[in-house]
Amino acid sequence: MLDAHAKPLVEITGMCKWYGDFSALFDINLTVHEGEKVVVCGPSGSGKSTMIRCINQLEAHQKGTIRVDGVEVSPELKNIEGIRREVGMVFQSFNLFPHMTILDNLTLGPTRNRGISKKEARDLAMHYLERVHIAEQAEKYPVQLSGGQQQRVAIARALCMKPKVMLFDEPTSALDPEMIAGVLDVMIELAEEGMTMIVVTHEMGFARKVADRVVFMDQGEIIEVAEPEQFFSNPQSDRAQLFLSQLLGH
Amino acid sequence: MQGRVSVPTPRAQRTRDDTGLDLRRVRQVFWQISQALAVFAIIGYLIWRGAVAMEYNWQWYRIEPFFYREIDGEIYWGPLVKGLIETLRLASIAGVLAILIGFVTAFARLSNSFAGRIIATWYLEAIRNTPLLVQLFLFYFVLAPIFGIDRFWAGVLCLAFFEGSFAAEIIRGGIVGVEKGQYEGADAIGLNVVDKYRFIVVPQALPLILPPLTGLIISLIKHSAIVSVIAVSELTTAGLNLIADTFMAFEVWFLVAGIYLAVTITLSIGVSLFERSLNKSKR
Repeated sequence: MLDAHAKPLVEITGMCKWYGDFSALFDINLTVHEGEKVVVCGPSGSGKSTMIRCINQLEAHQKGTIRVDGVEVSPELKNIEGIRREVGMVFQSFNLFPHMTILDNLTLGPTRNRGISKKEARDLAMHYLERVHIAEQAEKYPVQLSGGQQQRVAIARALCMKPKVMLFDEPTSALDPEMIAGVLDVMIELAEEGMTMIVVTHEMGFARKVADRVVFMDQGEIIEVAEPEQFFSNPQSDRAQLFLSQLLGH
Repeated sequence: MQGRVSVPTPRAQRTRDDTGLDLRRVRQVFWQISQALAVFAIIGYLIWRGAVAMEYNWQWYRIEPFFYREIDGEIYWGPLVKGLIETLRLASIAGVLAILIGFVTAFARLSNSFAGRIIATWYLEAIRNTPLLVQLFLFYFVLAPIFGIDRFWAGVLCLAFFEGSFAAEIIRGGIVGVEKGQYEGADAIGLNVVDKYRFIVVPQALPLILPPLTGLIISLIKHSAIVSVIAVSELTTAGLNLIADTFMAFEVWFLVAGIYLAVTITLSIGVSLFERSLNKSKR
């Protein structure tokens, strides 16, 4: 599955993060290559979200390095917006802008940051809205959409920036059960098109289907990195075994 | 209805309310209004009695020239109208400046800059904890000669800095009230700081800021009366001058108060209409 010549897009080496005395992340090492899909799982509070939020510096790390497409990101970096434009992010709670129409939500980034015209941005936005099967809602406001639709809009909004890598922070956790499939379908389509993706999720079916590698985290550390087949059938660490048994055991 | 107590549905209730006159409700409203009128009547009577007792000579018939004079078919505005215009000019300039100062101070307090936070906090504490009248004297007798500004601008600046300190806290509250996820959403699509506030944060803070800010502008209009002590020729000064000329203290002060009331009530009705249209567009 993995192209041996693919270049590393996200490289995390020796990253640590503390909140006061509490160690949130410890010695994280992870390299994600172009086109690769990585699913991050683990019990809640294990630092999964914090880790991917460090990649676009929504959270600052204190030690170690993170490189995105060769550029080191750090809290001191002046042009952090430049990195964020290359990294799409989808949040658990969507974070759409409620005072703007769906279309305006999508065109804001491209027109402000990519310097393209309103017309082009509109075409771009409609293209991605069609891809997430929601084009007919373009003129509505976020509150008028269901949770699943809102999350698909959020995915389209991130895609409009033509990011090199997409980060998903528990994209289906805030959704009603019947809404989850639609969002996962969009993510699977995206994966099939070759997007580089780092996905924090509890959807193990999705992980099995899409992931090139599964990263298992617990208590701020990466415990295990394995291909999904191996991870689900034969987890190496005790903690992963426990986690999987709790997750799949009923 | 099959022996059950019939409870009207909201719709049934509504149609009932719409069609017939509900006598109980009418009587209730009538009673409330009479109560209010009675209170007003008592107050009015007491004032009238008091004025009679001190042998006050009401001269309402003389007030017309306070507003305007017609000479040879041409209209000349009287002192109260001129004063009102000056008050509006003073208050609107000071209001705009106060909001600007408020935004700058609010952002300074929220910024990462230590110097910005310190200066903003000092400004807020100094202004909010000293009397407006003392500030006015400082502006007029100390700062005005140093910077060579006239009495009108000394009054404008004093009011702007005074109300600006309150505006700053209102605006800061509104900005802090915007959800954290909105900042992250803006960050995630790579907006720079200016765009983030311009397109995402401030538009969402506005509905939170607007109602208390209206109150602030109204109090600014009222506070503007204080510049009469440095003889800026606004409405209150015009009133003082009229009394000095005519000795009609009661009539003039009632008129001046009435004019302030008309301005502030118009303003608050206007803003509440604006707010309603703002909410409508947001659904």
